[in-house]
Amino acid sequence: MSQIETSPLTAERIREYFNQGKRFDGRKLDEFREIVIETGISKNAEGSARVKIGKTEVLVGVKMDVSEPYPDSKDKGNLVVSSELLPLSSPRFEAGPPQFESIELARVIDRGIRESKFIELEKLCIKEGEKVWTVFIDIYSINDDGNLLDAAGIGAIASLKSARIPKYDEEAGKTVFGEWTSKNIPLAKDIPISLTVHKVGNSLIVDPNKEEEYISETRITVASHEGIINAIQKGNSKELTIEEFNKVLDLIEKAEREIAKKIEKSLK
Amino acid sequence: MTTKKSEESSKEFKRPDGRKPNELRKITAKVGIIPNADGSAMFAFGDTIAIAAVYGPKKMHPQHAQNPERGTLRCNYNMMSFSVTERIRPGPSRRSSEISKITEWALQPVVMIDEFQANVVDVHINVLQANASTRCAGINAAAMALAHAGIPMKSLVQSVSIGKLDKHLVADLIKEEEDWEDGEGATDIPITLTQEGKISHIQLDGKISKKQLNEAIELAKEKSKEIYEAQKKALKEVGEEK
Repeated sequence: MSQIETSPLTAERIREYFNQGKRFDGRKLDEFREIVIETGISKNAEGSARVKIGKTEVLVGVKMDVSEPYPDSKDKGNLVVSSELLPLSSPRFEAGPPQFESIELARVIDRGIRESKFIELEKLCIKEGEKVWTVFIDIYSINDDGNLLDAAGIGAIASLKSARIPKYDEEAGKTVFGEWTSKNIPLAKDIPISLTVHKVGNSLIVDPNKEEEYISETRITVASHEGIINAIQKGNSKELTIEEFNKVLDLIEKAEREIAKKIEKSLK
Repeated sequence: MTTKKSEESSKEFKRPDGRKPNELRKITAKVGIIPNADGSAMFAFGDTIAIAAVYGPKKMHPQHAQNPERGTLRCNYNMMSFSVTERIRPGPSRRSSEISKITEWALQPVVMIDEFQANVVDVHINVLQANASTRCAGINAAAMALAHAGIPMKSLVQSVSIGKLDKHLVADLIKEEEDWEDGEGATDIPITLTQEGKISHIQLDGKISKKQLNEAIELAKEKSKEIYEAQKKALKEVGEEK
């Protein structure tokens, strides 16, 4: 599993399989691996989640602190999403300043949550222009066997859903770390989920494992809920025809419905 | 700007700068603006001005970044600190790294540099004045600069931002429209199309249905013709000067 590249021979076979609508692990092209979502995995975090998609695993934690609002949103809380692709999770990742892949991952997840207005940031204002809650969503890869993007997106939603707001000492104007109120982060009812479709040759697939992801020619990540789209990111250079793009949207809509159910179930 | 009720808004809908919904700002395009570069161009949507310079193909440094199998296209997008009202800290940011990569991806399908093994074609894009749609202006300028540098290309690409303001689709957003708050607010969809009408880049922020997203892509397709004409004209002009 420590191999970084997919050998040309394997790549060729994967493509042949895709052309016949098959995959090495027996899945259909539009079928996800098993998804396991577990919340509350780190007790000092306001909210946290472990998401496994097949052998891929990410941990996501939510922390909150009181800080100044941004000048262009004086009456709203802040959202900060960051990600670290840990060297422990793949031989591809090295220590040091964030690589592009990590920056993009955080920005794509950020935009899905922000644009869908899933977090009701206006309810996280303590005193306009002075003090607001900042919600930090931090994503760590634990094992990269492909599709970290979708795992991170699911993890972000699950950890937000499970988070409690910390206590706030009004006199001191400080967060009381390690003590929580009974309140959850104010969230919208509709859950936006970021999901990705990859194009390999003429095939469109979801949830690639590492081998499959390596030969992906382009990917489209869409944050949506029941066909209403909030964010799109096309990654990689291969072009898509408009017909293919529409197929991507159909695949995402179908997958979104299934995964929304899984998330709901795991949070009960 | 006035707050409107959505029922009346289809008749009353007006863009802040008075343009028709599908009207681009005035395009200015010029090729050959940086004598030192192997190719260069300026592309402006009204107040949004981007310049691009191409250097290469040249040996890739550092050596470990070389690709022995094919040439590399490397784009670097940067906003000048004074290009917006509140000064931007100079140097790369998370946003600019993402747009640099997006620009590379948008251009790669048309750039044919496979045979320049171990070499790099550098595209430096700078935004010197910004009023939204900067990545689109940058991509348009970059395509022209690459053509000017004589880099083998299948075609140019055209990039345009399509917006949905409340319920209305518009082409070529300005800042005031990006911040639109009435009705359903603003959805920003930068799209880059190749000459064959394939999508080499798409991003979206906001809220939109599948059906309307499709209309947005059709609008981008229609508008890319105008951009293409402006690019072609500028490239021809410089050809005549030589």
